Amino acid sequence: MTTLTDDVKDPATDDASHDGHAHDDHSHDDHHHHIPKGISRWLLTTNHKDIGTLYLWFAFIMFLVGGAMAMVIRAELFQPGLQIVEPNFFNQMTTVHGLIMVFGAVMPAFTGLANWLVPMMIGAPDMALPRMNNWSFWILPFAFLILLSSLFMEGGGPSFGWTFYAPLSTTYSGDSTALFVFSVHIMGISSIMGAINVIVTIFNMRAPGMTLMKMPMFVWTWLITAFLLIAVMPVLAGVVTMVLTDKYFGTSFFDAAGGGDPVLFQHIFWFFGHPEVYIMILPAFGIISQIVPTFSRKKLFGYASMVYATASIALLSFVVWAHHMFTTGMPVEWEKFFMFATMLISVPTGVKVFNWVATMWRGSLTFEIPMLFAIAFIVLFTIGGLSGLMLAITPVDFQYHDTYFVVAHFHYVLVTGAVFSIMAAVYYWLPKWTGRMFDITLAKWHFWCSLISVNVLFFPMHFVGLAGMPRRIPDYALQFADFNKWISVGGFAFGLSQLIFLALLVKACRKRGEPVSDQVWDGAEGLEWEIPSPAPYHTFDTPPQIK
Amino acid sequence: MKSLKCLVSTFVLLVSWFSSAQSAAERSDLNLRTGVTDISQQVYSLHMLMFWICVVIAVLVFGAMFYAMFKHRKSAGHEAANFHENIKVEIAWTVVPFVILIGMAIPAASTLDDMEDASKPDMTVLVTGSQWKWHYKYMENEVEYFSVLATQREQIENKFNKGENYLLEVDRPLVIPTGQKVRFLITSDDVIHSWWVPDFAVKKDANPGFINEAWARVNEPGIYRGQCAELCGKDHGFMPVVVIAKEPAEYAQWINEQEQIAVARKEEEQRLLAMNMSMDELMKQGQQTYNAVCAACHQPNGEGLPGVFPSLKGSALILNDQQAHIDIVVNGRAGTAMQSFSKQLTMSEIAAVVTYTRNAWNNNTGDLVQAKDVNALMQGE
Ligand code: HEC
Ligand code: HEM
Ligand SMILES: [Cu+2]
Ligand SMILES: [Cu+2]
Repeated sequence: MTTLTDDVKDPATDDASHDGHAHDDHSHDDHHHHIPKGISRWLLTTNHKDIGTLYLWFAFIMFLVGGAMAMVIRAELFQPGLQIVEPNFFNQMTTVHGLIMVFGAVMPAFTGLANWLVPMMIGAPDMALPRMNNWSFWILPFAFLILLSSLFMEGGGPSFGWTFYAPLSTTYSGDSTALFVFSVHIMGISSIMGAINVIVTIFNMRAPGMTLMKMPMFVWTWLITAFLLIAVMPVLAGVVTMVLTDKYFGTSFFDAAGGGDPVLFQHIFWFFGHPEVYIMILPAFGIISQIVPTFSRKKLFGYASMVYATASIALLSFVVWAHHMFTTGMPVEWEKFFMFATMLISVPTGVKVFNWVATMWRGSLTFEIPMLFAIAFIVLFTIGGLSGLMLAITPVDFQYHDTYFVVAHFHYVLVTGAVFSIMAAVYYWLPKWTGRMFDITLAKWHFWCSLISVNVLFFPMHFVGLAGMPRRIPDYALQFADFNKWISVGGFAFGLSQLIFLALLVKACRKRGEPVSDQVWDGAEGLEWEIPSPAPYHTFDTPPQIK
Repeated sequence: MKSLKCLVSTFVLLVSWFSSAQSAAERSDLNLRTGVTDISQQVYSLHMLMFWICVVIAVLVFGAMFYAMFKHRKSAGHEAANFHENIKVEIAWTVVPFVILIGMAIPAASTLDDMEDASKPDMTVLVTGSQWKWHYKYMENEVEYFSVLATQREQIENKFNKGENYLLEVDRPLVIPTGQKVRFLITSDDVIHSWWVPDFAVKKDANPGFINEAWARVNEPGIYRGQCAELCGKDHGFMPVVVIAKEPAEYAQWINEQEQIAVARKEEEQRLLAMNMSMDELMKQGQQTYNAVCAACHQPNGEGLPGVFPSLKGSALILNDQQAHIDIVVNGRAGTAMQSFSKQLTMSEIAAVVTYTRNAWNNNTGDLVQAKDVNALMQGE
């Protein structure tokens, strides 16, 4: 987020402090000191830092848009009865909220962080494929414009849930389905290009001496995530295409009347969908593994076991998909297989949590804002992980499935997990990006308001879920009324708290605040803390030597 | 360290919230219900077992973490130690959780075996979901009927006070005997639904074109309420499941009555075929049927939802083609949400609703459609 203003300069060389108009004077070999101005800088940029910034702002805007939809959902659910929106529109809100949060907020935010950080962490001058990098960002806004504009069609946007189960999404869906499919295709292409870029960069552009087992955890987790992306985004593309041809071109993949099977849809979708949830959490593990050692002033405990745990989580994630489908009616042997495999995943996940605690153990702890978010992550993500373990138990999952218990579970892992880790990351690296400390008072307000409201928002969802409230309903029976009121109040408070974050970010990008040192955080280690603050437009033109 | 204290007190608050939830573990607004079948009780015990294991793990992990946060903070002058590996510990915390998991998996697998064993039932009910109602068919008896939400629209729209069983009441509940193994065959006519009765720990998807099995042996007579659990379109939130469990003797009496009523209905329908009803009668009956059955999609004012459900007001098909109009109500239109109503409605009800939609909202065709016209169309095919 360095660069909302144009006065970015490259402190590495003195003469780079000329503004753009002076660049003609330079000889050709310092062409890269030229920073284009205005809109074309952002449209045409191939600089990993600029593209990272674009991704992060885009993700934040999508977070606010998807959050606004969540506010509509919570406003309707504030009381029993239909007050604000029609059921059909309610379903569009839940669907588009889910899609935007997953594909528009969390995934692009992680890609943005990868863009900023991976080259800086491995001592590379940029991403390996900078032009493709530009493309993979710039097709994203169009994907979401298409998705959002479908809400204004006659009959409205997609209303079949972010999981778009057939035949609700085929035979029984509206005409916006074609737009939905098209936009998911574009999102998928963007993700795949981002993933290829990360892999190629990590394999080819590490500085001399940066062996794989010396890479920072964030780089490791992103490397593994990128492989997951390449493996499953084509599966998503395949399944949306099958939806498209079933709806418009007379195929019957998911239609029993034509020899197909609606449950086949779910197998394909969740073969993508379960690795997808790890795509949204592995980079978070990487971030927490960077932050906790810094503020514990102690090396990460069990680095090697962290790497192996990440890899085994990724591998196991391909054999657990049907735990989302226990109620579809599977042979009991399959149910057992998927139950045991799912339970098994909790072992490497547990190892990660234990390692973080062991890193803090006998450290010298301080509690700056990134650490506060990291600690909140460890506690709240673990709560989400434990409810996930409960959900793995097939006989009990029959009771939990498709209730608010599940909504509570995945928001604990996605909001207090993935989203909190992204916020932790932004606070952690923001001073490096802007060269200034952010407004700590605002940050504290943001943290405490978010922490309290997010629990008022999501914790009672466990209760209404256990008591029997199904998910994706616009109206509910009277015994759920009290908790739903609290949930909505928590929701509004959490939504408002994010405006504090917005204010803080705008302020930070305007270069307010105290200048920071190169290391920024006492205790921070790694290549990105050895370059100047703010990080120059070009870094590591000559690769650093890693001892 | 102020923020540290805040963090810890938030944590304590969370834990006490959790544990106060536990002192009220029996409260059905906070926790799973124990239910009324042996299976549902096993499921409840499994749930509580899992819950307590999770609580213990959480307390240990968070306890260690908060201890470190207090004791090993820099502001208390703690210096960082230098270790970053310990093979023994690392093996221990891989193996111990694994063993705990095995301890969970064994009882879970045995309960699962029981749940999935629907063999040797005493009786069977075919449960069919369709947008947005359930249909029950007793396989051993000549009894079948639809079960539709009974909550008034005015309650949903906040014009009337909401009743005690708001959204969890139907016109005709499923009735089953206690003490017998009742097998449910579950399927769907359109999209995927999911038939869920929490008190039986039964939730099974209704997949169009396929049949799933589930079963329950209910121990106590009573009224048990659940809901459709799989997103199935606009009124997914409005298709409850209500099951009444009666003592076997009472049940036998009930099912006999139902069989007689079914026979009487058929005779009545034949009798009505020979009769002509007046416009007033047809319109009155038609409006009732329309509001109960069609309004969910085509809306009470007949205007539908643009782009989703067509308007019947001023519809070219209605205004120009009476046969096609009867036909679409009788047979539905394949591949759309417009389903066949020949099973759900009697011929005279269809006649009435067709007459109503041909004349309401300024459609004013003036046509009268009688049960025999509907019969003619059904026979003619
Ligand atoms: C589950 C939703 C649903 C219900 C309930 C429903 N319809 Fe429909 N109806 C539709 C849909 C969707 C169409 C459009 C079908 C198509 O695309 O050809 C339709 C079409 C029609 C048409 C043809 C309109 C035209 O202009 O082509 C008539 C007439 C009609 N319905 C009458 C009824 C009547 C009478 C009832 C009640 C007995 C009823 N519908 C109940 C969904 C429904
Ligand atoms: C701003 C705070 C948020 C609130 C108040 C909120 C609220 C909700 C609610 C109430 C639902 C359930 C809707 C229903 O089942 O009827 C829901 C669904 C969902 N949310 Fe959120 N949410 C928030 C943030 C997020 C974030 C950050 C993510 C992802 C990272 C996310 C991902 C999802 C997903 C995937 C669904 C499922 C959608 C579906 O059922 O198809 N949410 N949200
Ligand atoms: Cu999964
Ligand atoms: Cu349903």
